[in-house]
Amino acid sequence: MDKKLRILVAKPGLDGHDRGAKVVARALRDAGFEVIYTGLHQTPDMIVATAIQEDVNAVGLSILSGAHMTIFPNVMKLLKKKKAVDILLFGGGIIPDEDKKALYKLGVGKLFGPGTDTAEIVAYLKKYFKL
Amino acid sequence: MTLIENNDHKAKSILNTLYPRTGNAWRIGITGPPGAGKSTLVEKLAMECVKHNLSVGIVCIDPTSPFSGGAILGDRVRMSSLFLDPKVFIRSMATRGSLGGIAKATKQMCDLLDAFKKDIIIIETIGVGQVELDVAGIAFTTIVVLVPEAGDSIQTMKAGLMEIADIFVVNKSDRDGADKMVMEIQSILEMKDFDRIPVVLKTIGTEGKGVTDLYKSILEHKDYLKVTNKIKQRMQSTIQTEITEIVQEHIDKQVWRNPKIKLALNRFIDNIINGRQTPYHAADKIYAIWKKLGRKI
Ligand SMILES: Nc1nc2c(ncn2[C@@H]2O[C@H](COP(=O)(O)OP(=O)(O)OP(=O)(O)O)[C@@H](O)[C@H]2O)c(=O)[nH]1
Ligand SMILES: [Mg+2]
Repeated sequence: MDKKLRILVAKPGLDGHDRGAKVVARALRDAGFEVIYTGLHQTPDMIVATAIQEDVNAVGLSILSGAHMTIFPNVMKLLKKKKAVDILLFGGGIIPDEDKKALYKLGVGKLFGPGTDTAEIVAYLKKYFKL
Repeated sequence: MTLIENNDHKAKSILNTLYPRTGNAWRIGITGPPGAGKSTLVEKLAMECVKHNLSVGIVCIDPTSPFSGGAILGDRVRMSSLFLDPKVFIRSMATRGSLGGIAKATKQMCDLLDAFKKDIIIIETIGVGQVELDVAGIAFTTIVVLVPEAGDSIQTMKAGLMEIADIFVVNKSDRDGADKMVMEIQSILEMKDFDRIPVVLKTIGTEGKGVTDLYKSILEHKDYLKVTNKIKQRMQSTIQTEITEIVQEHIDKQVWRNPKIKLALNRFIDNIINGRQTPYHAADKIYAIWKKLGRKI
């Protein structure tokens, strides 16, 4: 057995660049994760299809466009529909506290603010997966 | 797939169950230097297959970092138009320490996709150094993707490159030097003996130009292997390699995990350092110990 944790890092929405997502992808690789990186403009359908084909343990979304209240719930709903509730959904972006609360209630994992130290994200995932 | 990739204890029984259902898919390997446009071509080629109503399984391999054991699997970035296609299944794999451009379980992943009734399986190797050749051992049609700028360096390309390619593609032929590159490849090919001279094609991956020709060339090559029954030779050598590897793994486990042998090994190493033994004596002795143990098991 040589198990590796697999994490999908995706950038949904139509907004600009994926620098932040790439930084996180690299940090996760350097922490020993296998990161499936799909780049820009991912729709919730695409994210969930990829998550299932790649059998990932977690999905991390970077959302800066302000569309977090539609994208996170949609991805969550689709994961449920595909019976993939064991996949952890987490993310980052500019998300006000009350939105965060609402999303946590839906079962979304930790949401990080912009400019979070990647070490914090790594530590969160390691703790979550008991590494 | 994950269980197979992780070499889980259930892997063997899963493969034993599914293996009889394999044998229908045509397996295509795509290799070439980093950034040559392999993933872009895979996307376009898969679209062409779907257009002909064929289902496609894609296995794309990226390197594992030797420092962290992690990996960034980024080939999907160029394939997003396939994500929602019900006829296409994409699986990314990290090399997890394997050399040669593919992962250890790549052949098994292809077997699974085959058993799941994909008509076409496309394997994209990592793009490291020059060209990684192992994919030719598990594919029926091997495509080597080069770019016009590779011009002069083709002479110095890893030995074996000219031999493994069934089809050469000069991608990015929107750039200068594509025709020169095609001629260069052809002139090298002319100096070698082939039963069948590999085809050399030009493509522009980003625009999908030349991909229909590529698809046709793959079918032609498939027909050629079938008509000449060379497909049997390819399968024989693939299966032989696979069995050899499995047996090797068994033997390695038995030998190196045995406490008696571990003990002996450490003693021999000391002896060798102190000049009392040679590595060859030591190897003979280890083999003898193993043979003796084998009789008792
Ligand atoms: N000008 C031009 N650019 C191309 C062509 N095909 C691909 N590209 C670009 O070349 C870059 C690399 O393409 P990929 O398909 O990712 O190449 P790759 O061989 O899969 O790369 P690795 O997997 O990283 O080794 C991308 O920016 C593509 O858009 C082409 O025919 N012409
Ligand atoms: Mg690629």
